[in-house]
Amino acid sequence: MKNRIYIAILALVFFSCEPEFDTPVESAVYTSGTVDFSNYVALGNSLTAGYADGALYRTGQENSYPNIMAQQFAFANGGEFTQPLMEDNTGGALLSGTQILENRFVLEAQVTGEGTPDDPAFSPKRLVATPTTEISSVLSGGFNNMGVPGAKSFHLLAPGYGNVAGVAAELSNPYFARFASSATASVIGDAVAQNPTFFSLWIGNNDILSYATSGGIGVDHNDTGNIDPSTYESNDITNTMAFAGVYSQLVAALTANGAKGILLNLPDVTSLPFFTTVPYAPLSPLDPTFGPQIPTLNTTFAGLNGAFAFAGFPERAITFSTTGASAVLIKDESLTDISAALVPILTPTFGVGLAMIYAGQYGQVRQATAEDLILLPSSSIIGQLDVDKVAELVGMGLTQEQAGQLAVQGVTLPLGDMYVLTPEEQAAITAAQTAYNTTIQGLATANNLAFLDVKSILAQAANGGLPFDGGLITSQFVSGGGFSLDGVHPTPRAHALLTNELLDAIETEYMATVPRVNPGTYGTVTLSNDVN
Amino acid sequence: MKKSVLVLLLLLSAVLTYAGGYRVSVQGQRAIAMGHTGVAVVNSAELVFFNPAGLVYLENKLTISAGVSVVLSDVIYQNSALGISSETDSPIATPLNLYGAYKVNDWMSVGLGIYTPYGSRVDWPVDWAGSHLVNTIALSAIYIQPVVSFKLSEHFSIAGGPIFVTGSVNFNRNLSRTLTDIEGERSNVVIDDSGVTNWGWSIGAMVSPTEDFRIGFNYRSQVILQAKGGEATFANVPNSPAVPATNGTTTFDAELPLPAELSVGLSYAFYDKWLFAFDYNRQYWSIYESLDIDFGNTTQNPDSRNIRNYKNSSVYRFGLQYEATSKITLRAGYYIDESPVQAGYFAPETPRNDSQGYTGGLSYAITPKWAVDLSFFYLRFDEVEASYDFYEENGQNVPFGGTYKSSVFSPGIGLTYKM
Repeated sequence: MKNRIYIAILALVFFSCEPEFDTPVESAVYTSGTVDFSNYVALGNSLTAGYADGALYRTGQENSYPNIMAQQFAFANGGEFTQPLMEDNTGGALLSGTQILENRFVLEAQVTGEGTPDDPAFSPKRLVATPTTEISSVLSGGFNNMGVPGAKSFHLLAPGYGNVAGVAAELSNPYFARFASSATASVIGDAVAQNPTFFSLWIGNNDILSYATSGGIGVDHNDTGNIDPSTYESNDITNTMAFAGVYSQLVAALTANGAKGILLNLPDVTSLPFFTTVPYAPLSPLDPTFGPQIPTLNTTFAGLNGAFAFAGFPERAITFSTTGASAVLIKDESLTDISAALVPILTPTFGVGLAMIYAGQYGQVRQATAEDLILLPSSSIIGQLDVDKVAELVGMGLTQEQAGQLAVQGVTLPLGDMYVLTPEEQAAITAAQTAYNTTIQGLATANNLAFLDVKSILAQAANGGLPFDGGLITSQFVSGGGFSLDGVHPTPRAHALLTNELLDAIETEYMATVPRVNPGTYGTVTLSNDVN
Repeated sequence: MKKSVLVLLLLLSAVLTYAGGYRVSVQGQRAIAMGHTGVAVVNSAELVFFNPAGLVYLENKLTISAGVSVVLSDVIYQNSALGISSETDSPIATPLNLYGAYKVNDWMSVGLGIYTPYGSRVDWPVDWAGSHLVNTIALSAIYIQPVVSFKLSEHFSIAGGPIFVTGSVNFNRNLSRTLTDIEGERSNVVIDDSGVTNWGWSIGAMVSPTEDFRIGFNYRSQVILQAKGGEATFANVPNSPAVPATNGTTTFDAELPLPAELSVGLSYAFYDKWLFAFDYNRQYWSIYESLDIDFGNTTQNPDSRNIRNYKNSSVYRFGLQYEATSKITLRAGYYIDESPVQAGYFAPETPRNDSQGYTGGLSYAITPKWAVDLSFFYLRFDEVEASYDFYEENGQNVPFGGTYKSSVFSPGIGLTYKM
């Protein structure tokens, strides 16, 4: 008995000594306002899935804006949020044991000197590791994060977009194949089947982005007038009418049961480091391999420049500066092809064989200008020898040395269309993007949905930066902290920042109160020298 | 015998806790019960710590005091803007104290004390919001102090002696707010060293104008614990030469100051059975400017500089004793403990703001020779909005702050032997 009293007293003492806040965070007044966060479903593409560094992997998914936001919703009666997690942090995936998706990029640091990172040169490289995610191992159960990397607007409506059997032939999407409810399921169908109480929709980026990242090699269906997406190739621009139709169907389906949500618009491609990192004039006379070649190059191109002038195109003259940076050579398919006209002009000087080669190589070529966007993948090839081209030219009768001189990419060999977005291509992208954004904002207003102007946020990241407690998040590749190593997809820190912006918009529209996250505690790019 | 000393040392090193900074005021059960006063109280062998000059006034030939406190401490943290909250899960600490005093002759006494005035143990959840500052920390310092005390006149005595200090540290924290390996595991370092030794000293004086009124003075020197070649273990560091650390073990050097402490105070006996005591402690914390850690496998020195800029701080202690019966003596006390931590330097490894201590206890004389001493104290901390503003990230200070609240409760038990 006495013991029991002692124990009771001791327990009381223990209990009364636990410190307690006047207003504990658990009981703080967080609220979902006029909406219900209990079943949040996120729809979108790679940005929503948490794809980063050129791959989908676990930590990227865990740091996706929908997952971060769901954690904050949890303070205001938010429910469980499930994601179709990949098996590992390698990225990449197998289909029937064969790797079909590449591993993630990591940042390799090249060491100069003896083991100390004096001046590490950093370069993104694919991680060397064996992926363990098997596409054909289909996950069961609905998932709150319905983001599907690669999806365009109309793909969300497409039945069979997640049919495993179609993945090998690229008829369906490998990411959706992992978690589609059936071979004939559509993304929107699987989303609606979960009966979401709240949704986010960020779709349409790929309707222009795949055209943009491929250097505009696809077709703009605002030119063709084709409004049937089922006939589109992967790098085409979706017709804006088709987009509007698809988008309103998506919103109608998601709001059919009275659910509320938030719509996100589409950023400018010029906000993405993929398009802004490589300067149009990257060729420095101080470069020890390029600089000494400049006089020879200018002498050689002088002959060609004369022929351009004679053919009536003096503005295509190619010169390299010995004092400042020079622009790369690009192939611009919007230029008149003057190959045929050049052959007879060049033949007296070079002989017909060489004249044909020159005319073929430079008939649609100019030096880049500040208006051109040189795409990120070109950074690793500019100034490098194109060995395939050398072989081709040797096959056409040139010596190895002659062939080598004509195959320096961006210098003597113009960068192909897939490395450059010309002003015409950019205009096509911007026109479509503007129309899509008008549709998105209009539907948000019409349906009383929250709306986030991602375009303005990313424009600020690209022009000055967005503040966080450790400085600024900018669009600067690698060092800016906003973009992962593929130059298109956000870092966890940018996802955190985006989450805060989304919460701002949601609070305003729905009178909710939810705590924010600190972007400074979310990482950026991952260092690793486990690369080739 | 040797084995039991070892066991004792092990127990002592499991110790730890509170007061301002990493000072732990648990140096005697009778004193604790009276607000940890004692610089002018002649009561037991606890005087070895509080003021050895008082030893000559003890009546018995041999006096021994031993005690243990059970310290239950808890710190909570939250940031309502971010919805974050964390609570420490620090193990129960059991700091010991052991004192002996021997009256050699009428004018000289000698004594020996073993006690743990400095220590701290804070275990935050791994990878919590402040993990770039600390995940867990365990510090302890054991003082072993022989003293000799001289009665210069009926009214005045002095004392002093060397102090041997042996300390240990174990500190676990993440390398930054965001660095991870490829699997997203936070990069982490643990530094660990023990048996770090150094010497200090103390002196004391006591003036007793009458038998009922005493004034005491005691000064304990600072001791700088210098860890050299301790073990630092890195984990989850990405495989990259851009990170100046690699997974595995290296060495580290670091210094931790144990500041000097000055005590002055008085005691006054009244109404036959009552005793009032007041102590003023000045703790010279300004010596603690920064915690610098230098790892062995890097060229940078130091690798980690953690600004502390502590300020000197004061403690005001009040104690009361009442001899209720011939066998039972009751005690109570109160103190105000200023934190040495300045605004903007509130690091979660020693999350201490100003506190008020409420104490109580009693002694029960089982026999004329043996007495049991019970004590408790409760430290009350106000809820505080505080931050540590000097964590650097890419050359920029990144504050870490929020609301903190601590509490400490400590029951204790001791034995006093007189012969």
